[in-house]
Amino acid sequence: MQGGRILQICSGQICSGQIWSGNSTGREDASARGLPVGWRPSNAVAGVIARATALLGACVGGPARRVKTCRRLLPAILCALLLGVAGCEAPWNSPYPAADADRNIFYDTFSERPKHLDPVSSYSENEAIFNAQIYEPVVQYHYLKRPYALEPLTAVTTPEPTYYGFEGEVLGPDAPGDTIARTVYRITIQPGIEYQPHPALARDDAGAYRYHGLTKAEIAGRKKLADFAHSGSRELKAQDYVYQIKRLVHPRVHSPVAGFMMKYIKGLSELAETLAAVETDKAGYIDLRNYPLDGVRVVDDYTFEIELTEKYPQFVYWLAMNFFAPIPWEADAFYRQAGMAENNLTLDWYPIGTGPYMLTENNPNRRMVLARNPNFRGEPYPDEGSEADREAGLLADAGKPMPFVDEAHFLLEKEAIPAWNKFLQGYYDASGIVSDSFDQAIRFNTSGDAALTPQMQEKGIELKTSVTTSIFYLGFNMADEVIGGDSERARKIRQAVSIAIDFEEFISIFLNGRGVTAQGPLPPGIFGYREAPFGVNPYVYKVVDGRYERKSAADARALMAEAGYVDGRDVETGEPLVLYFDTYSGGAGAKAVFDWYRKQFEKIGVQLVIRGTDYNRFQEKMRNGTAQIYSWGWNADYPDPENFYFLLYGPNAKVLSQGENASNYQNPEFDRLFLRMKSMPNGPERQAVIDEMQALVQRDAPWIWGYYPMAYSLYHQWYLNNKPNLMARNTLKYKRIDPVIRAEARTRWNTPVLWPVWLTLGVLAASILPAVITYRRAQRRTAR
Amino acid sequence: MIAYVIRRLAFALPILIGVNILTFTLFFVVNTPDDMARLQLGQKRVTEEAIQKWKADHGYDVPVVFNEAAQGTQKLTETIFWRESVRLFAFEFGQSDSGRDISSDIRQRMWPSLAIAVPTLMVGLLLNITFALTLAFFRATYIDLWGVILCVAMMSISGLFYIIGGQFLIGKLLNLVPISGFDTGLNAAKFLVLPVIVSVLGGIGGGTRWYRTIFLEEMSREYVKTARAKGLREPVVMFRHVLRNGLIPILTGVVVILPMLFMGSLITEAFFGIPGLGSYTIDAIQRQDFAIVRSMVFLGSLLYIVGLILTDISYTVVDPRVRLN
Repeated sequence: MQGGRILQICSGQICSGQIWSGNSTGREDASARGLPVGWRPSNAVAGVIARATALLGACVGGPARRVKTCRRLLPAILCALLLGVAGCEAPWNSPYPAADADRNIFYDTFSERPKHLDPVSSYSENEAIFNAQIYEPVVQYHYLKRPYALEPLTAVTTPEPTYYGFEGEVLGPDAPGDTIARTVYRITIQPGIEYQPHPALARDDAGAYRYHGLTKAEIAGRKKLADFAHSGSRELKAQDYVYQIKRLVHPRVHSPVAGFMMKYIKGLSELAETLAAVETDKAGYIDLRNYPLDGVRVVDDYTFEIELTEKYPQFVYWLAMNFFAPIPWEADAFYRQAGMAENNLTLDWYPIGTGPYMLTENNPNRRMVLARNPNFRGEPYPDEGSEADREAGLLADAGKPMPFVDEAHFLLEKEAIPAWNKFLQGYYDASGIVSDSFDQAIRFNTSGDAALTPQMQEKGIELKTSVTTSIFYLGFNMADEVIGGDSERARKIRQAVSIAIDFEEFISIFLNGRGVTAQGPLPPGIFGYREAPFGVNPYVYKVVDGRYERKSAADARALMAEAGYVDGRDVETGEPLVLYFDTYSGGAGAKAVFDWYRKQFEKIGVQLVIRGTDYNRFQEKMRNGTAQIYSWGWNADYPDPENFYFLLYGPNAKVLSQGENASNYQNPEFDRLFLRMKSMPNGPERQAVIDEMQALVQRDAPWIWGYYPMAYSLYHQWYLNNKPNLMARNTLKYKRIDPVIRAEARTRWNTPVLWPVWLTLGVLAASILPAVITYRRAQRRTAR
Repeated sequence: MIAYVIRRLAFALPILIGVNILTFTLFFVVNTPDDMARLQLGQKRVTEEAIQKWKADHGYDVPVVFNEAAQGTQKLTETIFWRESVRLFAFEFGQSDSGRDISSDIRQRMWPSLAIAVPTLMVGLLLNITFALTLAFFRATYIDLWGVILCVAMMSISGLFYIIGGQFLIGKLLNLVPISGFDTGLNAAKFLVLPVIVSVLGGIGGGTRWYRTIFLEEMSREYVKTARAKGLREPVVMFRHVLRNGLIPILTGVVVILPMLFMGSLITEAFFGIPGLGSYTIDAIQRQDFAIVRSMVFLGSLLYIVGLILTDISYTVVDPRVRLN
């Protein structure tokens, strides 16, 4: 802790140079070790050089003093060389400027450049970590409540649907989907919400937009938003949400959900056709305000309506996504000026929002910086949570205005090892755990629970685990003539394979235990998921002494025999059963997995052939239905069972409609239940339908259910208000950093160790000696 | 000389065309524009309309090499090949598949690559020559023997080991420099120390051995014997005669790689988080952004050819006996 105190004392200008005065105990300790722990010259290079010069003077003084002083000189010179203008307050290995040491900045990493920051296009996790802090849809997920629940964000209340029958009558929420002609969401937003400062909104004294209608020459010299001297803001209006919904079908913008939304939002398909016929310039600007959208209407400045063509209760979850975040028309007009895109000035690069943060530096080659939006209204920290949340201190900030962190710096880390080491040095506030570092971070206690290793505990690191709302599975192509279809023979083969592939072992070997075996498509945390014993798959597990265990290989072989394959051979032809696993994975890691799969299939006498290919060919096989067994995964868009069961809904079959039913599973009864379940509100009745669906798919086994991955996250002690929330992405505003504790820890953990440097220099110097001896010997030798 | 350079440049043209055709074939015949669209659009909810739209936005909605529907020369020019390949010769790299201007990215990212490559080359050259000269000076002694053994050992170790080992030892255990990262201006210095040290160390083994061979070959020449016969001291013979003549092959070997310094190092930049052209290329390969890969392959070929021409020219500069005809 002493090093930390030194840094605290010296964090202000007042103590510059104090460390050298010899009055500080901390300084004496440091200098006694020959370490520059507390060495703190002035911030400028001049200070560093001045001290180095002074030391150099001392170095040529008396012999006794020279030795001692020269020991300090090298660190000083090294420091001057290494830290340059940054000064030496920070540890030598700090990747940040010394001035930032005690600032309220959150540090995290990103490994891949976000492709899209335009909310209409963005659909990736690595984009959401930025976008979700900037853009504000009308609703958000409550940070602490479980199960996941929506709450208003910019809306006054969480939108409720109004259902209308075919006669125009209003129907209740329980009305069956086929009786509903249209659904209307009326959304009222809060007044007084302001956009972040942005040049698109800058106006001159006459009230005209400063940067609209620029010529190419005027744009030519501007490469980033900071090159526009003025910025402005305005109040968020309902029309901005409507404008964004129209952007879903903008002919020059790709939105991954456009096709999907056209099925539901009234008039969106027609608008897409209209806009496709509009002649645009090269920059592609279309003033969408001039093109009405039947199903989306501005009621007044703060109210708008969205009309759906059918009952779709899950639509409210979509309203929490960035696709439905507001975009001011001015931003579109600004970025679509000719010459902007050539200078990389696009909405995809420089977002504009009303959220707690704004992107102030977009350099994905190095770092992305989010800073407080000065116009943010100050949303209060949630005051509702469980007793466990209260005990964990998660309600300590209840009611306080957010955000708490001034800036968030996301640094590019392509490789996991440097990122992990920098986390351990305190330079990142949170980290995941890669396989290479797992044993260093986690150990399992006698009851099988994950716990931190003593090394992590010593650093005060905290571990939080959660089962993700995702599933990884092996799928059978139900259109395949060997393992697909509705025949009893094929079903038994699929069930036998489901038993044979021991996913408990897979999780243990390949995931370090970070997974939960799946019993069906629904992961925990989603309505409809059943805890054991209710949800356990009876076709794969059996009860032994009151505990559920995977059925044995003998059980699987018995099923194979019933299917007509004894010891893996067709009883009629004697031919061995050969199955094919189609994949695009490769490399040494994948080979180990494939070998393991082969071993699992061998338990039932089946030969597994791995058909590796590239990603494109694999996708083609899936589209054409020529794959046999494949591995796939799904991450929830929203916490509703519909978002998982639709992966098995017949009309979504990939070979039929290029949909998301990759197994091409067809079961009319399942499809009927799905349509019913889809439009039901959560409750016992819906649970009963889900149970029926679950039983059907467990019996038919179109997937080998695989596992639900577990997320292990590590947090430093100074990183507060952490609760894993797998639905919300806008969680930065809730987080709090204690920069003082962090600065202390960084100093303590990163004391430079110089003796190996001296040793190396000594060895090198000593190695010259034999050369000198050899040379002198050769010089003295007489000619022969 | 000028005629020679012009002739060499003319020879370079068919080579570049060949490289371009090969790259184009790999990227546009093996991977169709539909494949590219699917890669860029991701896995979720990709529709056929979205694919067509993406292709149209990126200019991939025309035939690959021959447009039967077009008229006259447009049969050739209204094709992906013409649009994507021929314009490279005018250094118009266009936009990446994710919409960024490639020329602008290259201009921006070549500086971090140079920031590592230039000091690595200079320091490495200095150390390699010093060590090689020392070993040559002490030839046939145990210093030479152990020096060569050390060089062979260092050559045999993977470059990745130096990187991870260097990060672990210098960045993590000794806490002397940041493990990875980058900054602008003078602040970049502390981030460059480790990658430069690691790169130099990784190249010392091979470099020293090669240069030692060159110096030993020079030492066996007649003019060296003459110098010794004149009574010159051995250090004078080494520095004034052997070193100067040995530098000719070294210099020409260095000149050939000078233009390639712009291209950066794929692995070093990735591990140290240096935003140079090396990591730009490897990112593009991983993201399968073929517009960038194609541009970088073209640029790499061009720079390599330039390097070879510069090598030939440098021969005439450092060795008066050589004349380019």
